[in-house]
Amino acid sequence: MIRDTWRIVRLGLKSLMLHKLRSALTTAGILFGVASVIAMLAVGEGAKQEALERFQDMGVTNLIARSKKPAETASSNAQSTWSALAYGLLYSEADLIEASIPSAKIARVREAKRPMMRGENFHTSIIVGTEPSFLEITNMKVREGRWLSDLDDLRLANVCVLGETLARLLFPLDNPMDQTVLISGDDRYRVVGILGEQGRTAGAGSTPYDECLFVPLHTHQRRFGDVNTTRSGGSFSRERVELAEVKVKMPTSGDVAAGAQVIRDLLSTSIKDKGDVLVTVPLELLKQEEESKRMFNIVLAVIASISLLVGGIGIMNVMLATVTERTREIGIRRALGAKKKHIVQQFLAEAGVLSALGGIVGVILGIVLPFLITLWFEQETIILPQHVMLAFGISAAVGIAFGLYPAWRAANMDPVDALRHE
Amino acid sequence: MSETDIIAEFVDVHRHYRMGENIVRALDGVSMQVRRGDYLTIMGRSGSGKSTMLNLLGCLDRPTSGEYRVGGRDVSQLSDDELSDVRGHEIGFIFQSFNLIPQLTVLENLEVPLFYQGRVGQESRRKAEYLADRVGLGQRLEHKPLELSGGQQQRVAIARALMNDPLFLLADEATGNLDSSTEGEILDLFDDLRPEGITIVMVTHNPTVAKRADRTLWLKDGEVEKILENHSPHAAANDATEGLA
Repeated sequence: MIRDTWRIVRLGLKSLMLHKLRSALTTAGILFGVASVIAMLAVGEGAKQEALERFQDMGVTNLIARSKKPAETASSNAQSTWSALAYGLLYSEADLIEASIPSAKIARVREAKRPMMRGENFHTSIIVGTEPSFLEITNMKVREGRWLSDLDDLRLANVCVLGETLARLLFPLDNPMDQTVLISGDDRYRVVGILGEQGRTAGAGSTPYDECLFVPLHTHQRRFGDVNTTRSGGSFSRERVELAEVKVKMPTSGDVAAGAQVIRDLLSTSIKDKGDVLVTVPLELLKQEEESKRMFNIVLAVIASISLLVGGIGIMNVMLATVTERTREIGIRRALGAKKKHIVQQFLAEAGVLSALGGIVGVILGIVLPFLITLWFEQETIILPQHVMLAFGISAAVGIAFGLYPAWRAANMDPVDALRHE
Repeated sequence: MSETDIIAEFVDVHRHYRMGENIVRALDGVSMQVRRGDYLTIMGRSGSGKSTMLNLLGCLDRPTSGEYRVGGRDVSQLSDDELSDVRGHEIGFIFQSFNLIPQLTVLENLEVPLFYQGRVGQESRRKAEYLADRVGLGQRLEHKPLELSGGQQQRVAIARALMNDPLFLLADEATGNLDSSTEGEILDLFDDLRPEGITIVMVTHNPTVAKRADRTLWLKDGEVEKILENHSPHAAANDATEGLA
């Protein structure tokens, strides 16, 4: 049985070798189809993984309520130059959230942009004032020293923890531990810890946490106040923001939806409804992202299927030509005792070999392509073995499916006519 | 001479084709017998029904009515697959244009008939080697047909026809594509094979070829016109045909 199959396959190979260029060109259709299926699936899988990691950084059990400057309105324009525009989360709102969801951990976050100095090194970045729970909620790690403690907060201590990048910017040569950083030219902060590199997009506004400096929440409140004055183009604008952000960590991902509802309700009804707080639910975003990725993948799959279909039609075309060319051979074989099924086998094997060859080369190309995509476009790609097998299986199936009709035609030729064919 | 010596027999065979409104009576009531060891040629002009008779003898076609017995078995109503089996087991085809499969070597061409009976392996290889030797091409087993001369190709075809130990060889103008000296060699080969008990039925329009056979069946307008006995020295090998026709 195996020897017979091998014989039939070898016969198919031999016949294909009669027209090397034609066979190669036909194979190319399947080849690119298979390669594109594998490459597209790899890109899709990579993108999915990337999104997953990004949202896991934000924390899938987390909820983030962030202050947002409301769109300018008539009333805000009418304010006097010296009264501050007040918006955003209030301390009282954070307390309410904490009280309403007792099972959650919350971290209040304040932000202020200030220049920092260390010797001759100078950098302007965000100073984040926050609570000890922040570290756990954001899942960050301390590389050296320690994180901020409750005691620091109670004592309004002038201590700080540096983000990785900031530590390198301010202390390019020496160890920052126990050194001091000068903020706004007159405030000195002792470095008690350095965070490990996050390398993430998550951060204070558009500034990654790697570039931030962390101080205790109440130290922040006392030193920098709630009113922030910025000068631009000769005019002042003053904003009053109590909390930049409240991070909430729910016990499980199953509680996230309920928690989000509670926070949205609290913020919209009980205190004010100004649209100045944006509640972000990473889990919801993740689901949306997965949904859109799924659509994306379907589109990719359809495109890849079309290329395989085109490859299949190419195979059918060539097989029909082969059958016509070899009508005489079919007649000879029939005269020598071949049954219809033998003729079907022979031509199916040929179509199968054709598409399997394309499939094998396509698999190789399909494995190489994602590496190049990763190299050139910095798009993460993941090749799953089941995708490779799927692509190869489809190519084999295409070969068989599109080889069936030509094989059937070959088998149903009248042997007398076939023998007489020139 | 027993009944079992009749290996192929037509009993009132008709083969009619429909051509638009007309019915063409290609064979119209042919009866004949082929006996073991026979050397029969079938002659006739174009349109006399030679090709139709060849197709029927070769089980490539079925009669419209009448019986065709091969080895005592009526094959006129068999299915396509069953006819394939009869061809594969009982008949050895030899064609005018040799009809070797060009992409296969001589050895592989020889193995084709046994392949379809699932008998490929040591046995078929040994047999192919023996028969290639027998027709004088033992050294050409790995050659492709197009590397051989016409006469050599026809020798391979004859060896292939013998691979399945057929009841009879069915030759269609076997020397039609050969020059006269090669034709002589092929006909000599047939004569050489006859003492081994091989039966030959050959369709031809060449009288020189027909002369080498024991008997010649003449077809005219789909009917048997006459059956002539030849008394050439080559026909003396077998007396089983005496008294026929």
